[in-house]
Amino acid sequence: MDDLYREHILDHYKNPRNHGALTDADVSVEGTNPLCGDELHLDLNIIAGRIEEIRFHGRGCSISQAATSMMTELVEGKTVEEAAALTRADIEEEMGIPLSPVRLKCALLGLSTLRVALNRHAGVALPEGWAGMDGVDWR
Amino acid sequence: MDAVATPASVLRADFPIFERVIDGHPLSYLDSANSAQKSRHMLDTMMSFYTTSYANVHRAVYQLGVEATEAYEGARETVRALIGAASTKEIVFTRDSTEAINLVAHSYGRANLAPGDVIVCTELEHHSNLVPWQVLSQQTGAAIRYVHIDDRGELQLDELDEIARSGNVRLLAVAEQSNSLGTSNPVRVLADWVHEQGGVIVVDGAQSVPHRPTDVTALGADFLVFSGHKLGGPSGAGALYGRRELLEAMPPFLTGGEMIRSVRLSGTTYNELPWRFEAGTPAIAEVVGMGAAIEYLVGVGLDNVQAHEQAITRYALGRLAEVPGITVHGPTEHSRRGGVVPFSLDGVHPHDVAEILGSQGVCVRAGHHCTQPVMERLGLPATTRASFYLYTVPDEIDRMIDGLHRVRRIFA
Ligand SMILES: Cc1ncc(COP(=O)(O)O)c(C=O)c1O
Repeated sequence: MDDLYREHILDHYKNPRNHGALTDADVSVEGTNPLCGDELHLDLNIIAGRIEEIRFHGRGCSISQAATSMMTELVEGKTVEEAAALTRADIEEEMGIPLSPVRLKCALLGLSTLRVALNRHAGVALPEGWAGMDGVDWR
Repeated sequence: MDAVATPASVLRADFPIFERVIDGHPLSYLDSANSAQKSRHMLDTMMSFYTTSYANVHRAVYQLGVEATEAYEGARETVRALIGAASTKEIVFTRDSTEAINLVAHSYGRANLAPGDVIVCTELEHHSNLVPWQVLSQQTGAAIRYVHIDDRGELQLDELDEIARSGNVRLLAVAEQSNSLGTSNPVRVLADWVHEQGGVIVVDGAQSVPHRPTDVTALGADFLVFSGHKLGGPSGAGALYGRRELLEAMPPFLTGGEMIRSVRLSGTTYNELPWRFEAGTPAIAEVVGMGAAIEYLVGVGLDNVQAHEQAITRYALGRLAEVPGITVHGPTEHSRRGGVVPFSLDGVHPHDVAEILGSQGVCVRAGHHCTQPVMERLGLPATTRASFYLYTVPDEIDRMIDGLHRVRRIFA
């Protein structure tokens, strides 16, 4: 347990990076995890194929908030391709702890919402109800 | 068996799971509203049934088949007596509450509802007592109206007048006790009201039948459902009570073997009650186990169970009040609520609360508790919920409180 609430996770939870909103965002997406009642609002400014700015706000548990904060640090300044290549394993590595299947969903809310945002920005038609990641049971 | 109050600390020894240690912590199981733990009596009964008397029911003429049928039908009598039904014909075994509600919606509902009719439901229902009625409304063209709750989770009964004015109320579905707020609903008042309208009442007893004495006549229930797993039986068995005249007139739900009298290629006649509603091979040992769990409860005395839960709930509410930043949701008065206590801790998501408590061996549920409209109404993303049963002891509450202080330290 103490593992799950390690200093760096609590730090990201209490002092989230890139927290807030962008007024003229190129793309804005809402992500939800109905199981936990988590809601995430993600704004991106993408200039010449590069994520110049990213902001998030919403409500959720420490794991979802911290993981989203870490995700924004990972992708800021990256190209869209680099960001799209980000995986579940990258988030787990960033968190630095093993995640139970239930908490994995919390941790992946940010990444899956990012994927929806990148697809939408690229004009890709998404299947209805697709939450940004396959193989995750969002119940 | 007589019903003399036995302390929970003694009854606890009847439940083997409490020998379990989690990371060096004794088990504090505060999630019985989700599913209850199992007594040795129930487990031994199932084991002995499987090891000595198992066969399919209603079909075999040999000794085992006879014994299995007697055990299965014996459980029906146990359920009948538990809820004060007039006849075992009124007791249909189902998988759980959800299936029982779907049976009523599908069979009674489709045969009796038409465009212009009104189904009444409430804002605090479990999704299992809400979605089947929404679907029925779509399928039949009947309208669905909701009784809303106030800030404390109490039904606003004055809304009934307005609903009555529109007329054509055919059915009202309500939980006797809310699983997410603990509210005890005035079922008798609602039954009288809907009967005046010429409709029937479907009572969701998932959170009440396990926890207090039940009498379908006193409740005025036309239909009542409950789940065996929430009263200490195995998962996979539950029951539907239906007034005999209503069940008699209802078309079958699932069709196939067991529910028939005779099948010819030119047509089929159906079996009599209650088997007409039990198509296929039922959950035989699970039903026997549910019967044993009920025997155990009756031995303890459901009035004793209720009194104990009221006392432990009062204790829990008192101790929670000592923790800074805790808000308890649901009715403030003890007498208006069952052994279900949902709460929030300022600045900490319920998932984090439940995770940290869990690592201390304290099992509580976090989430929307299958009642998203309640969460939306109260403006809560989720809550942490502690729920109690006959085996809950103050030590478990104390360990939860210690855990909550720990949560506060971690998130300070
Ligand atoms: C009030 C209420 N109704 C219905 C149900 C559904 O019970 P089951 O899942 O056993 O069908 C529950 C279970 O949590 C409940 O609390």
